[in-house]
Amino acid sequence: MRYLALIFLMFSANFIAESSAPCGSYVGDDLEHVGICDIAVVDPTDKASLQRGAQLYMNYCLGCHSLKYSRYKRMAEDLEIPLELFKENLIFGEQKIGDLITIGMDPKEAKEWFGNTPPDLTLEVGLRGPDWIYTYLKSFYLDESRPLGANNMVYENVGMPNVLFNMQGEQRSVCKQVPSKAPNGGLKQDPLTGKIITVEKCGFLEVVEGTGEVSKEQFDTNMNDLTNFMAYMTNPTKTEREMIGFYVIMYLIIFTILAFLLYREFKKDLH
Amino acid sequence: MVNKIMSWFDERLPITATIERHLTKYPAPINMNIWYLAGVLLVVVLVIQLISGIWLLMNYEPTAEGAFASIQYIMRDVEYGWMIRYMHTTGSSAFFALIYLHMFRGMMYGSYQKPRELLWVVGWFTFFLLCALGFTGYVLPWGQMSFWAAQVIMSLFGSIPFIGEDLLIWIRGDYLISGITLNRLFALHVVLLPLALIAVIFVHILALHEVGSNNPDGVDVKKFKDEDGVPLDTKPFFPYDIMHDLYAIGVFLIFFCFIMFFYPDGGGYLIEYVNYEPADNLKTPDHIVPSWYYTPYYAMLRAITFPIFGLSAKFLGFVVMAAGIAIFVALPWLDRSPVKSIRYKGIFSKFFLSLFVVSFFVLGYLGSVPPNPVRTLFAQIFTFTYFAYFLLMPIYSKYEKCKPVPDRVTLS
Repeated sequence: MRYLALIFLMFSANFIAESSAPCGSYVGDDLEHVGICDIAVVDPTDKASLQRGAQLYMNYCLGCHSLKYSRYKRMAEDLEIPLELFKENLIFGEQKIGDLITIGMDPKEAKEWFGNTPPDLTLEVGLRGPDWIYTYLKSFYLDESRPLGANNMVYENVGMPNVLFNMQGEQRSVCKQVPSKAPNGGLKQDPLTGKIITVEKCGFLEVVEGTGEVSKEQFDTNMNDLTNFMAYMTNPTKTEREMIGFYVIMYLIIFTILAFLLYREFKKDLH
Repeated sequence: MVNKIMSWFDERLPITATIERHLTKYPAPINMNIWYLAGVLLVVVLVIQLISGIWLLMNYEPTAEGAFASIQYIMRDVEYGWMIRYMHTTGSSAFFALIYLHMFRGMMYGSYQKPRELLWVVGWFTFFLLCALGFTGYVLPWGQMSFWAAQVIMSLFGSIPFIGEDLLIWIRGDYLISGITLNRLFALHVVLLPLALIAVIFVHILALHEVGSNNPDGVDVKKFKDEDGVPLDTKPFFPYDIMHDLYAIGVFLIFFCFIMFFYPDGGGYLIEYVNYEPADNLKTPDHIVPSWYYTPYYAMLRAITFPIFGLSAKFLGFVVMAAGIAIFVALPWLDRSPVKSIRYKGIFSKFFLSLFVVSFFVLGYLGSVPPNPVRTLFAQIFTFTYFAYFLLMPIYSKYEKCKPVPDRVTLS
């Protein structure tokens, strides 16, 4: 019986085990977990964050990545940006406020430049999740071996250049001495001196100080705003949907209570 | 006056007779329990699907170039388009959840046994049509998963020996999945299959009202009647059952709307994340999965990894999967038990029915995750136990010791 249980345990470990690293070889600030995405704060009611995100998107991303399922006007209204202000500052070129947010770049040429046509990003958060996007945006680092000089921890050998370079500064993949773990879960210590034994591990991201336009914290906030905006893009109706949903369910609860009382009344006939 | 008008109509159309037969005088057993709600809820979901489907159809564009964008047009530019679409996507999952519960109820209480064999077979056809509707509808948004699911399922026909390749091209209408395939699946999804489904459900209800509802005790309520010939242990469907159902519909709709308004993606199970990307025939997704309601059968398909007698593993998997869906039809003739309800059947029936349920859920899980050797082994074991419930039934249901069945229904 005990063997059976053991075999079952062995099987079940394999049965459920999932060896996926959603965020590639990204190492978080805890220097420990590899491939775990940082968590983005997504709040569709935070209009200021969405507006900042929209501004960042229009300036840094829209050159290559369209939002072709969405319209300018809808976005301006949802984000509570005055239409005049929006037209002046966030629509480039000849496009009209009622147009879909398309771009002028030729997909075929883009494929030659980057190796792949930059995808439309209207639904990207739906596809990859906000945490992935947020971590990806933070994970570009200098890599001379790549054609455009940049690589990404989350999406290895990505074709996209590091357009955030000026804002973030020069980020590099570095190695560090980290404490090594003992089999019992504690930290390994030298038996004589009691010092903690360290090992070298690589793949940590570090910005060279003073090279970026903004601080690390500010950069993270910016990327969170951008992610929040992209999450809004995937689900522009989320706020409205949940509000209507609340009223619908309230109505249904009242309906159900009345239906129950009616049912109870009719049930009395049967006994 | 009203009577006069009614009788004028009744002489030309059996209105009163129909109302009496199907509503006011239809005898519903008094001991029906919560399992009996799935049927009426299925009708509710059918209505939800028909209505939301018509509105989606008003804005959907069935072309390979425009399908994906038209879904986003519905989601963004059409007034309350998102609500209509989420209603339809949530509805499709609800349809399957309920029909599985409905079928399980029938299996538990032996509702397929004499005289309800035909009722059960017709009901199975609704399940089959629903599977076809689910598949064809799933392709229409023309996302990555739509495309590759169509690719995987249609390629199964290509595995049929000798005629496979030609058959596959004939079904697809092209050498690969294309706009032509999308158009024909669209035609099936919005015209032929719903029409057939409504017709079959109509026959299902007609057959039910002919033989009468079964009940959790599986006893014949028509055995004991009062002076007027009304079975003793029944109540008129209208208004008593309707009132009960109305209350149940309310509870169901609360759940339904909660998912529809707050978790329409269902954590990637109701709308797969991969489907946020338009179909691309040059880029295969890492991990192709069907919707959750097909995963038990997908696991069966993948469980067969070895060829037998020169037949390819893929073809055999296809056969096993099809058999897994079709075998329900045979239930009335596999069950040799003298009693209907699981309440009075013997220990073996209870064991095998439980085994069936466990197999169904385990296969459902296995069909939703990428395969590895251990998972494949489990899929094989549980495919075997899934079929064991059916194929061993003639033996265990005949020889096991049953409990005595009461003459009349019991009320707990």
